[in-house]
Amino acid sequence: MAKLPVSVDQIIEKYGPHKAYAPKAGFYGSHEPDKLVKTHCCYCGMQCGIQLKVKDNKIAGFEPWMEFPFNEGRLCPKGVERYLQNNHPDRLLDPIARVEGKGFEPVTWDYAMNKTISEIERIQAKYGRDAFAMLSGVSLTNEKSYMIGKFARVALKTANLDYNGRLCMVSAGGGNKKAFGLDRSSNSWADLAHAEVIIVAGANISETFPTLTHYIWQARDNGAKLIVVDPRVIPLARTADLHLPIRPGGDSALFAAMLKILVDNDWLDHDFIESYTSGFQETIDAVKDYDLDWAEEHTGIPKQKILEAATLWGKAKTSFLLHARGIEHHTKGVENVLSCINLVLATGRIGKPYCGYGTITGQGNGQGGREHGHKCDQLPGNRDITNPEHRQYIAEVWGIDEKDMPGKGLTAYEQIEAIHRGEIKGLISICFNPLVSLPNNNFVREALEKLEFYICIDSFLSETARHADIVLAGSLHEEEEGTVTTAEGRVVKINEAITPPGNARRDGQILMELAKRLGVENKFNYATSEDIFNELRVASKGGTADYFGITYQKVVDNMGIFWPCPSLDHPGTPRLWEDRKFKTPDGKAHFNPVRYRPASEVTDKDYPVVLTTGRVVSQYLSGTSTRRIGKLVDQYPEPLLEIHPKLAFQYGIKDRDLITVKTRRGEAEFPAQVVETIRADTVFIPYHWGGVHAANQLTIGNLDPISKIPEFKVCACQLIPTGKVASALTTKNAYQSGV
Amino acid sequence: MPETNYDQEMAFFVDMQRCIGCHACEMACAECETNGQESMIHVNYVNRAVSVQTTVQVCMHCENPACANVCPADAIHQDDFGVVHSSNTSRCIGCSNCVLACPFGVPKKMEEAELMMKCNMCYDRTSAGKKPMCATVCPSQALYYGTREEIERMRPNSVPVNSFKFGNQEVKTKVSIMMPKGTHQLVIA
Repeated sequence: MAKLPVSVDQIIEKYGPHKAYAPKAGFYGSHEPDKLVKTHCCYCGMQCGIQLKVKDNKIAGFEPWMEFPFNEGRLCPKGVERYLQNNHPDRLLDPIARVEGKGFEPVTWDYAMNKTISEIERIQAKYGRDAFAMLSGVSLTNEKSYMIGKFARVALKTANLDYNGRLCMVSAGGGNKKAFGLDRSSNSWADLAHAEVIIVAGANISETFPTLTHYIWQARDNGAKLIVVDPRVIPLARTADLHLPIRPGGDSALFAAMLKILVDNDWLDHDFIESYTSGFQETIDAVKDYDLDWAEEHTGIPKQKILEAATLWGKAKTSFLLHARGIEHHTKGVENVLSCINLVLATGRIGKPYCGYGTITGQGNGQGGREHGHKCDQLPGNRDITNPEHRQYIAEVWGIDEKDMPGKGLTAYEQIEAIHRGEIKGLISICFNPLVSLPNNNFVREALEKLEFYICIDSFLSETARHADIVLAGSLHEEEEGTVTTAEGRVVKINEAITPPGNARRDGQILMELAKRLGVENKFNYATSEDIFNELRVASKGGTADYFGITYQKVVDNMGIFWPCPSLDHPGTPRLWEDRKFKTPDGKAHFNPVRYRPASEVTDKDYPVVLTTGRVVSQYLSGTSTRRIGKLVDQYPEPLLEIHPKLAFQYGIKDRDLITVKTRRGEAEFPAQVVETIRADTVFIPYHWGGVHAANQLTIGNLDPISKIPEFKVCACQLIPTGKVASALTTKNAYQSGV
Repeated sequence: MPETNYDQEMAFFVDMQRCIGCHACEMACAECETNGQESMIHVNYVNRAVSVQTTVQVCMHCENPACANVCPADAIHQDDFGVVHSSNTSRCIGCSNCVLACPFGVPKKMEEAELMMKCNMCYDRTSAGKKPMCATVCPSQALYYGTREEIERMRPNSVPVNSFKFGNQEVKTKVSIMMPKGTHQLVIA
C-alpha cells in the first residue's frame, strides 16, 4: 500500500512543511557555542566551507569559514539558512509507520526493521529479487553512496539501484566518458581567473551556484569576455558581453554552427587535433551544411550574435566552457555536451593553465556520488558493472562470488515506469523526492500507489515519503561524518557536528542494521565512516575515479584533494589532461559527430508555446529541506510563470493573472510574471514545489537514449487565462505542496 | 563606547553591477545578535518587468551624517572610525526624523519597537578585525570589505566613488560605490 493513509492536509498539519525561523534573539547558545565545527554546506556542488555553531548537541547558528579556499567565507542565502534544519519542528524523531485512516504513527526501530525485512523477503520471494528496487540520491556523502551501491548488490541483491543524479549530471557524464574516457570537470575553478573567453551554456550560475559567480566576475576584472547561452536573461547574462537567447532545444545547433565557423576560419589547433584526438574529420563533415542562416532558424538566435560568439571563441588564446542542466536535461543531452566538447577540442584549449572545460555538478555530492557504484550500470571507481574484469575486482573487494553480483539494472525513471507496469513491487528510497523532481509526476504518483511496500529513509517527510509504509528517521548532513567530492573534483571532509535528534539514526547506521538483518552483517562491519572510506579507496583503486591515495588526514591537511589520486604520495590532480593522455581506449580525446535533431516534443497549433523549467536562488532541488526554512520560502513563495510581454499581450495576460498551463501530461495554474527577460516564444516555471503547484505535472518523461535523463528543459504547452488574479492564499501555502 | 580594534585601512565598497540579487547579505545580516532577525541591508529589483538588475542598499556611513544631525534625542553616534551607529535604544524616541533626512533611505523605523534601526557596519565584527557579515558572505563580492589599494588593484575597470550630490546637497561617505573609470562624483539632479 503506497497510497496516502489520510488526506494530504492532515499529513501536512503534522509533518509539514512548516516554515521555521530563528528566534529573534538567535538560538540558545548562538553567542557562546560549545564549539565551531568546520564542515560544508549541504546543498549544491560548490560545497562551500562553513562553520556550524553547536550548543548542547544542537546547531545554534553558523560562522563563515574564511580559510576554506574555494569560498573564503562566501555563501548564498541557502548556505546562510541551512543551519535551521536541525532544530526544525518537522524533523522526524522516530521511525513511523503508515496506519490506514490515521496517518503515520511512531514505532520502535525493532518493529520498523522487522516489518521492512519481512516485506523485502516476501516481495523478493514472490516476484524475484529485482522486483525490489532502490532509489538513492547524491546529497549523500561518498561513504553512504558507496555503501548503498554495495548494499543494493550484496544485501538486497537487486539489479535495480539508481539515483537522482539521473536527473542531474548523467548527460555530462555520458559525454565526458565518450570524449575523454573519464567523468569529471577537467579543471578546478582557479583556471577561470585568466580565461580570455568564458562560455556559460545552460547554467544559471548566479542562482544555482551563486558562489561561483565570484570567479566569473574575477575573470572579467582580468579582461575575460563572457558569453551566456540561455533562453532567459539570467542575472549572469544581464551584463554579459554576449547573451545568446537560445530557443530551448537549439543547443546542439548553436554549437554545431560555431564549429563550422571555427573550421571555415581555420581557428583550429591543428597540432593538438592531429596528435591527441580522433574523429575530427567525421565531426566537421557533420556540420558542413550548418551555415548561419540555418543556425539562426534552428536556435532562434540572431546570426550576428552566433558569429560574434564563434569569433570570440575562435580567436582566444585561453578559454573556459561551462555547462549545466540547461543543455543536459534533453533527449539529446549527451549530444549537446559532445557538441560543446567539440568546440574545446577543435581549439586545443584543454590541459593548460586557464584553458578549461566542465559541467557544473548540481547536487552536493553530484560528483562523488556518481563515481562509486550508485548508478544502475556502475561499480566503484566509475567501473562498469557489465565488464567481467571490473566485476571480478569489486567482487573480491566485497568478499562475494562474482556470479552473485547482480547485473545492470533500470535507471531511475525506468524504475518508475517498471513500477507503473507492475514489474517492480517494492521500493526503498533515500535522499530522493521523485514525486516533486521527476517529470510527469501524475504518472509518478500513480506508480507509487501501485507499490506493495515502500520504505523511505529521510529526515523530513517529503512529498514522496507521504506515500511510504515505513519511514526510517535518518540523519542530516551535519549528523554524520564523511567526505563529498565537489563539482571541481575536490574531495572535502564533512564533519559530524551533532548526533541525530530523538530516536533518529545516522543513515549509515540504518543501512548497516538492514544489511545485518538481511544476513550479511560480516560485509558491513564498519566502526567509523573512515572505515568505509578506506574500503572505497581500495574499491576505486585502478578505476578512472581513483581515490586510493586520498586519506581523511590528507583531505583535512590540504583542505581537499582532487582525484585522480592513485597513490599516497600523489598530490591530487586539479587540472586534468596536462599529460595529453586521455582515458579512452586509444588514449586520445574523441571528437563525436553531432547532427542537430529537434526536441522530443515540439510546438504545434494545439500546444504552441515552449515550456522550460529550472530553479530559483532561494530553493534547492525538490525543496524537502528548503521549503521548510521560513526566509527561503518567503523570498520566492510560489512558482511563477515567467512570460514575455509580447506573448502575454497575445493572450491578454497581465502580471499576477492566474494562468492554466496545459501540456499533454497535465495542467496546473500559475500566476503570471510578465517580464522582458525571457524569449517571447518560451515560458519558464521553476520546479521546486509539489502538489498542485508542481511544474513537473507538465514536463515530459522522454529520455536521452544514452544518459536516460528526462527532457525537463523543453516541451510544448498551451496557455489558458483563467480570468482570475492569483490570490494571496495560494501564494501563502504553496510551499506545503498541498492539493 | 568599549575599546575598539578597527583596522583603519579597511573600507566598504558596493558594486551594483556585480549584484545577483540573491539576498544572502540580508539573511546573514539578520543573524547578528543585535538585529533581532531583521536585516539592515536591503536588496531590491530596480524594475523586474524589464530587468533582473537589483540594487543593494547598505548604510553609507556619511562623514557628516544627516541622520545624526537631525536627531532631536542625540541618539545616533558616529565613532572615531567613522561608523554611524544605530540608534541608542535608551535615547531614541522613534520620531523618524532620521528616516526622512537620510539621502540614501537607509534608516528604518521598527514600528513594533518604536525604534530606528540601521546598519552599524557590524561594529562587533569590524571592531574586532573581522569583515562585516554581508560583505563576508556576498557570493558575487558586490559587497567588498578591504583596503582601497586592494580593490583598485583587483578591479581595474572601475573606481570607488564616495562623493554624492543630491540636488544642492553634497555628501561624502565612508562607504564607496564602484563606478566606471573616470567617475568622481555621483550626481542625482
